[in-house]
Amino acid sequence: MSYQLPKFRHPDLPVNTLGYTRADYEGAISTLCAGCGHDSISGAIVRACHELALEPHRIAKLSGIGCSSKAPTYFLGKSHGFNSVHGRMPSVVSGANMANRDLLYLGVSGDGDTASIGMGQFAHAVRRNLNMVYIVMNNGCYGLTKGQDSATADAGSASKKGDPNPFSAIDLPGLALQLGATFVARSFSGDKGQLVPLIKAAISHRGFALIDVISPCVTFNNNPGSTKSYDFVREHAEATGTVDFVPMREEITASYPAGRTQDVTLHDGSVLHLEKLAPDLDPFDRVSAMVALQKHSAEGQILTGLIYMDKDSRDLHDVMETSRRPLNSLTEEDLCPGDKVLANINASLR
Amino acid sequence: MQALQSVNEFVIKFANVNGTGSASANNLFAKAIFRMGLPVCPKNIFPSNIQGLPTWYEVRVSERGYLGRRGGVDIMLSVNPQSMPQDIREVEPGGYFIYDNTKPLDLRLMRNDVNIIGIPLTRMCNEEYEDPRQRQLFRNVIYVGALAALLDMDFAVLTGLVEDQFKGKDKLILPNIHALELGYQYAQEHFDCPLGIRVRASDKVGDNILLDGNTALGLGAIYGGATVAAWYPITPSTSVVDAFDRYAKRLRIDPGTGRKNYAILQAEDELAAIGMVVGASWNGARAFTATSGPGLSLMSEFLGLAYFAEIPTVLFDVQRAGPSTGMPTRTQQSDVLSAAYASHGDTKQVLLFPSTPRECFDFGALSFDLAERLQTPIILMTDLDLGMNDNMSPPLTWDDARRYDRGKVLDAEQLEEMERYGRYLDVDGDGICYRTIPGTHPDKGAFFTRGTSRDEYAVYTEKGEEYEKNMHRLMAKWETIKEWVPRPVETQSEQGTDTAILFYGTSEESSMEARDYLAEDGVPLNAMRVRAFPFNHEVAAFIARHERVFVIEQNRDAQLRTLLMAEFELGPDKLKSVLCFDGNPISARNIRKQILQQMPGYNVTPLRRERVVAGAEMSS
Repeated sequence: MSYQLPKFRHPDLPVNTLGYTRADYEGAISTLCAGCGHDSISGAIVRACHELALEPHRIAKLSGIGCSSKAPTYFLGKSHGFNSVHGRMPSVVSGANMANRDLLYLGVSGDGDTASIGMGQFAHAVRRNLNMVYIVMNNGCYGLTKGQDSATADAGSASKKGDPNPFSAIDLPGLALQLGATFVARSFSGDKGQLVPLIKAAISHRGFALIDVISPCVTFNNNPGSTKSYDFVREHAEATGTVDFVPMREEITASYPAGRTQDVTLHDGSVLHLEKLAPDLDPFDRVSAMVALQKHSAEGQILTGLIYMDKDSRDLHDVMETSRRPLNSLTEEDLCPGDKVLANINASLR
Repeated sequence: MQALQSVNEFVIKFANVNGTGSASANNLFAKAIFRMGLPVCPKNIFPSNIQGLPTWYEVRVSERGYLGRRGGVDIMLSVNPQSMPQDIREVEPGGYFIYDNTKPLDLRLMRNDVNIIGIPLTRMCNEEYEDPRQRQLFRNVIYVGALAALLDMDFAVLTGLVEDQFKGKDKLILPNIHALELGYQYAQEHFDCPLGIRVRASDKVGDNILLDGNTALGLGAIYGGATVAAWYPITPSTSVVDAFDRYAKRLRIDPGTGRKNYAILQAEDELAAIGMVVGASWNGARAFTATSGPGLSLMSEFLGLAYFAEIPTVLFDVQRAGPSTGMPTRTQQSDVLSAAYASHGDTKQVLLFPSTPRECFDFGALSFDLAERLQTPIILMTDLDLGMNDNMSPPLTWDDARRYDRGKVLDAEQLEEMERYGRYLDVDGDGICYRTIPGTHPDKGAFFTRGTSRDEYAVYTEKGEEYEKNMHRLMAKWETIKEWVPRPVETQSEQGTDTAILFYGTSEESSMEARDYLAEDGVPLNAMRVRAFPFNHEVAAFIARHERVFVIEQNRDAQLRTLLMAEFELGPDKLKSVLCFDGNPISARNIRKQILQQMPGYNVTPLRRERVVAGAEMSS
């Protein structure tokens, strides 16, 4: 494992419209295990942000505690980060988002952080439709404490320790759909071709965007018998279709072969191009999405790709009718009613 | 039998059934006294219940300006058969027991040393009103009318209040005035009015207002520039956010767009509420939460993060009787220790102790300045007594020239000029470092906020010496904080004395009243009201100057005394405890008694501890 980031950058690295190379979106060198799925997800985040030409300092990356929650150190080094309390990242993002609606909030969590200790906060961030991207680096186990089963481990799945997990799994996309999530996707850390456009679409979505990314733990949960191993996921992943993301600025030039395709214009003008959609799924219909998830699960398959999206989503600020100016930019003039008003209030209290 | 005689100095207590509309009638009574120019202090003593259980409303009327609980009841107005045995027992000898005699009083309850006054309230209502709800509501208004005659109150003040109260619902005005008149006439016809205890208009109110501490806090948050409120409902703090919401709807709507210059998030629990506050504050907004003991426990983990990562955080703790659910509608000052050292690891939290609504407003607004200046949680410690009761208070004022103190925050220009930014670098030597708000500068000033240890440049480290250096700096900051928090208020006795009382928050009024009694007893006392933790240097000097200091507080474990001993490394002998924790606000008589018992030379047989703690009153 390398412990120093090489300073050399190829002079011809491609730059985006802001003039940044991909290196400008990278973070510190990872201290996760070599081969960890989480590092691939970090790479996908870097690529998505670079390709979308986002200003790094206008992104806030937040996490809870665990291997997954360490990951934000390893991408977007020019962004503010917040490694908060175990399972409590959603509340921190909620407050941060209320304070400044103009930043992009990228929450990174794990299966323990989300489906166990942070279940309550996750559920309530979903139902409030907080405008954020919520990526779960889901490996079905607790890595930092050496491999205990987590709540997303499938019943019967065995980690390196060998004991099959006796409890039923919490399916985060299914749960999120039930809770009213407006963007639900699942992907695999080993499938960047699928993951990168999904991250881009999630960023463009207005509201809570969940991407549950199965991300094998090479040290504790990548063995035969585990349903979160690289091999198992490769064999059992079933994509809903392919997703292509076309940013607002770009003209759609790609030509797609005929088939079951759909173009969706997102609120910021970007276009989501869905192709080869599974015949039994309408990703714009919540019930259809729920049925498809259950059906694939019953058949032992892992449904990946865009599972559901509400094109008319209204986020928390829309619902609460908060100022369009970020609340953290307001000053005394906007906020303090002054002594005269206070005199009237006093008069009403006599 | 001798009847108590007093003009403008007495305690009247109303015994009602919860949920019968008695609160607004009793409030009408208290406000009328206030409008007659008399200092008044009403206290609502209510159960954790919406309907059916006994509830009381105790009103202290004192032209001399004593606003705390005195102890004892001179007039009991009881319309609740359920609590009557207890109610009549509480009346001082020579006092008055006014009750609904539609059903005659149980003879076993009769006392010969109390003046019994029966008014057939239920019968009068049944004769006057058809609707059952009206019968219930107007019964309360009728007894207020009767009191007006019995105490010689200004009837025009009452009718004026009714008109104010129902402005906009004008058709309710006449029926209410009619009910007042019914009671007034009945009392005039049947009793010798006024009683030995009576009121006379005065001018002792001045420009004071009548306001509850929670509303004052909500207003403090408005004026202090809070834009994000995150909370989880819990008695007795709920009305803080209710007030913030109410005033924000009036005062914080952007005139151009009609949109809100604030956000209120009702969280799923207190863990989330404080997390939201931390997130919003980290991102440069002024944010607060309001809670009570159980919520404070849940918030403890985040308070440790905010302390260690140095994130401005404002928390209003309206204390109630613990531990656990305790007595959720009764008052105490029992979160002091858990707040002062909230969270695991070595932590110290800044506490503010307001004692009037005016101070709730001032300290409420100040909390946001302090939190940003000191980059640490500010926990404002009030209690149910101050929070949920109307208190007479100086009017609220605001200096329009005042600017918010945002503390050490670097803007884009300052960052541009910097070689290397270090979030935890103590540039000024006061332990307070410079923070940056996310999104400020394209490539300078970003750092990783974390609860794990890090070096001065916010880079993760597990090096012991780096960790220690940071913890030492936090202690240096703690010293700086002492200069920023409100100073204590000292009152010197005119006679020289080596004995003092020290108190905080809602113990002030009763303590100062007890001090007057004790001066008459030949025990002059100096006094100090502590207004913040960490204790300023004046507190240490004050204690050092005295032979013995009575620390008066409303909890079992003498929590502030413990804190003083721990912080100043004092032995246990010097600080004596005066405690009350039965859920009622501490009374002046109780304080006087406990101090006398502990004074050398006052050879009084000590009470058994459980009697002291029950707040046994000394008869005057």
